[in-house]
Amino acid sequence: MTTRMGFFTDTSVCIGCKACEVACKEWNDVPDDGLNFLATSYDNTGALSADTWRHVAFVEQPGRWLMSSDVCKHCTHAACLDVCPTGALFRTEFDTVVVQSDVCNGCGYCVPACPFGVIDKREPDGRAWKCTLCYDRLKSDLEPACAKACPTDSIQFGPLDELRERAATRVGVLREAGVVDARLYGADENDGVGGFGAFFLLLDDPEVYGLPPDPVVTTRDLPGMWRVSAGAALALAGAVAAAFARRW
Amino acid sequence: MGSNMAECHPVGFQWVMEAKARGARIIHVDPRFTRTSAMSDAFVPIRAGSDIAFLGAIVNHILSNGREFREYVAAYTNASTIVGEHFRDTEDLDGLFSGWDREAGQYDMETWQYAGTPTAPSAAHREETPTGEAFGYGAMAEDPQPPATDPTLEHPRCVFQILKRHFSRYTPQVVAEVCGVPTEQFLEVAEALCDNSGRERTSAICYSVGWTQHSVGVQYIRTAAIIQLLLGNMGRPGGGVMALRGHASIQGSTDIPTLYNILPGYQPMPHAATTPSLAQYLAENTAPAGVWADAGAYIVSLLKAWFGDAATVGNDFCYGHLPLISGDHSTYRTTLDMADGKVQGFFVMGENPAVGSANGKLHRLAMSKLDWLVVRDLVEIETASFWKDGPEIDGGELRTEEIATEVFFLPAAAHTEKDGSFTQTQRMLQWHHKAVEPRGDCRSELWFYWHLGRIIREKLAGSTEARDRPVLDLTWDYPLVAPHDEPDAEAVLREINGVGRDGRALASFAELADDGSTACGCWIYCGCYADEVNQTARRRPGREQSWVAPEWGWAWPANRRILYNRASADPAGKPWSERKAYVWWDEEARRWTGHDVPDFLADLPPDHVPSEGDKGLRALRGDEPFIVQADGRGWLFAPNGLLDGPLPTHYEPHESPFSNPLYGQQANPARLVFHRKGNRYASGAEYPYVMTTYRLTEHHTAGGMSRFQAHLAELQPEMFCEVSPQLAAERGLTNGGWATITSPRTAIEARVLVTDRMAPLTVQGRTLHQVGLPYHWGWKGLSTGDAANDLFPLALDPNVSIQEVKASTCDIRPGRRSR
Repeated sequence: MTTRMGFFTDTSVCIGCKACEVACKEWNDVPDDGLNFLATSYDNTGALSADTWRHVAFVEQPGRWLMSSDVCKHCTHAACLDVCPTGALFRTEFDTVVVQSDVCNGCGYCVPACPFGVIDKREPDGRAWKCTLCYDRLKSDLEPACAKACPTDSIQFGPLDELRERAATRVGVLREAGVVDARLYGADENDGVGGFGAFFLLLDDPEVYGLPPDPVVTTRDLPGMWRVSAGAALALAGAVAAAFARRW
Repeated sequence: MGSNMAECHPVGFQWVMEAKARGARIIHVDPRFTRTSAMSDAFVPIRAGSDIAFLGAIVNHILSNGREFREYVAAYTNASTIVGEHFRDTEDLDGLFSGWDREAGQYDMETWQYAGTPTAPSAAHREETPTGEAFGYGAMAEDPQPPATDPTLEHPRCVFQILKRHFSRYTPQVVAEVCGVPTEQFLEVAEALCDNSGRERTSAICYSVGWTQHSVGVQYIRTAAIIQLLLGNMGRPGGGVMALRGHASIQGSTDIPTLYNILPGYQPMPHAATTPSLAQYLAENTAPAGVWADAGAYIVSLLKAWFGDAATVGNDFCYGHLPLISGDHSTYRTTLDMADGKVQGFFVMGENPAVGSANGKLHRLAMSKLDWLVVRDLVEIETASFWKDGPEIDGGELRTEEIATEVFFLPAAAHTEKDGSFTQTQRMLQWHHKAVEPRGDCRSELWFYWHLGRIIREKLAGSTEARDRPVLDLTWDYPLVAPHDEPDAEAVLREINGVGRDGRALASFAELADDGSTACGCWIYCGCYADEVNQTARRRPGREQSWVAPEWGWAWPANRRILYNRASADPAGKPWSERKAYVWWDEEARRWTGHDVPDFLADLPPDHVPSEGDKGLRALRGDEPFIVQADGRGWLFAPNGLLDGPLPTHYEPHESPFSNPLYGQQANPARLVFHRKGNRYASGAEYPYVMTTYRLTEHHTAGGMSRFQAHLAELQPEMFCEVSPQLAAERGLTNGGWATITSPRTAIEARVLVTDRMAPLTVQGRTLHQVGLPYHWGWKGLSTGDAANDLFPLALDPNVSIQEVKASTCDIRPGRRSR
């Protein structure tokens, strides 16, 4: 396996131009997400979905306007991948999580499995779609389309270790400059999903941007649950056997 | 100020973000809190249309607190120049300058001249006075004698004292009253600007159409120029007044103009009344000193480029082939002539006036009076289809079968489908290469015009009519490139660059001659093809060259990256400070040197004093950096070139809910207004709110390139207006609902976006609400909506005939408009 590659999205320099949304759709041939005026600041795509793989959130607060380009987190412990029965979702040589559209059978198990609501089924074709971190571009030594298009380097692409170091420095710089609420989101390997392959620098609580504050891989409890069910099944079998045994 | 750079120039804005990361402080002054404000260190909301009061108060703050860069001001500006004794200021005449001719509705500039200099040509007719872009050097007097000065700046009629008096009433209190900006906030900006200017530091001012699109727009920019001259921020790294343009290559389209009153390189267009012959043209346009002393070389070389061997000394180089203008042929004037049946045909490309121009309805009605209309665009825009599906057809005001206009819609190639250059805001030409062939019948503009010319010339071949000579004598011989017989764009660039007697590409405009031995399509672009190399296609990465990056593209003139950069050194030729060193005099080599190409005669020493007989740049002193002006000085006071006054003055917009608290004169007296049917103006309190138009990142100008693209259209899918929660409450508007916005011209509907970013202001003691209107929409495409421009009247800046769409008045009501 080669180096783990990822995104560092520094929302403190995001100018909300949405070039990432457009570049993503152009490169990956993603259809439009419907023309709906949402009256939610300058956000008219609403959220990440099968047809929006980069989504810029606009948060209006007194005296400031937060903008942040959201994307699939490419979790270290990816529940979507855990639950996929066909193997359509797989972990690439770049340690990113990708759906193979020619394998996906549209069962949709991955959709509720994602703790962020990222992966989604596209209604007309029934299959699940999400950010591939431009797997095809990576294979050709190109950076993902969104990072390439970002005019202010709010979206940075590179080896995850390097990005984490750079992000830690950036948070330090911002805090020193008085931006006390600057924090990293998803850079901690010990969080509920083992850290993100695509992490963020935020200027407020994750909830403000519509992100879960403490995401947990939804399959975390599965082994335990299986153990408990197995125990219950055994106990039930024992009880049944015992009941019959007494009659005999 | 006057710019929403993050939204409208997001790619250029990366450098602002980079500067911010390196410690620059960003201040945004704007009627709305935009994505630019979000990135700034400070945001100052201001009433649309009041910027001169704000900027004028900064001038006053500098002058009354002695914050000017005194040495720079005294040496490099016309602060010390003494103005004629008959000049009267707006202070004396309640908002007018001397020379106002009430009947003609325009100024006679005679009294604005420097003392002792012969007067400029009569300004009796606006149409005959070179202005705006068509103003090379300010029509300075023939007399090369320098004007009288007072280096102590104490003389009561010296520019410095006039400036002080003129701006003395622009106080922080006036800013609060006129602009709605609290005093503390204003002082914070003024102080920040002063603190960050001087020997060691410089500040830049960026503006865009938020400043230009006013009935007094040119004077907005003049005020910024005055501030930057007073603070010593011109010709120095990190300084300047940056004109962010409204389109890719709008800079290019003034350099190689699409304007009626200039020829390439800002040479005035020949005029029937004043310059019908080459001799008169040269007499009128040759300056005694500075770069315009060589005007003859520029015009003769242009004629040689256009008419080749046919242009000879004997026939005045075919000067007579050029069209002569006889009046105002600007866009809006032409539209009104069209409406009056005086214009037969109309070519439209790269523009969508049916929804993109002020008072769109007037445009649509005007086009219905044409014999023929040619529209070239990527898609069938509103301008091409108004005759079958426009609002006037819907409303029954026009009937398709009664419109006689023959409309030709021709498919155009996109920039990715053709070679060519863009000239960006920094005067830098950047070459773009064709990525793919255009599909089907789509073709470039170059292809269209060249082949149109070819066909016309073929039809005229053999003609002996004198009127056909201009077309037949044109050099029309670019190599054609397969598969579509596309004229070679690099050959065009080479023609623009120019060639010498030996047929080789010229290296600099200094080589141009007025004897017909050189040919050059645009003197300021001379050098862009030096050494037979397309210099504009250079893309050496920044890390492989100096920080000025001279090998990235090519900037006019002569690849100079900062104009007037001799001002980056003190009068003796030494950098003002090490930190801001840029260009300086090397005493040993006896030459100007530095990081950039010096914008000065390379061997003219700082102590040079012109002697009799010195011409051109040698006729300027060695410490006069503003070489485009015949006096070599930066003009704080403009004795010529502006039709609405030598100094900026706060006037209310043509339509304003307030009276002018500074003078009896309400609006710019010289503004152009048209009292006619279909262009009714608002009066009084009928329309209580201020409206302003703007663009969004997600769309491109009048929408031709974005509303038809799903990936862009979905990002801003409908026309909307932006209002404050307070205005929403006052008028019963709901977020996401509908509103109808009205003006005396029309009513349009829009979805409502209620936002705190549109803060109400307190102006003249009352609450003012402003309504924000993005202007991208029309009735065609995937994303549709009413055109904001339909609301606005024709009320124009007198200097450049630009429409006032950044500040006007309206009313707003909940619900959709009636149908």
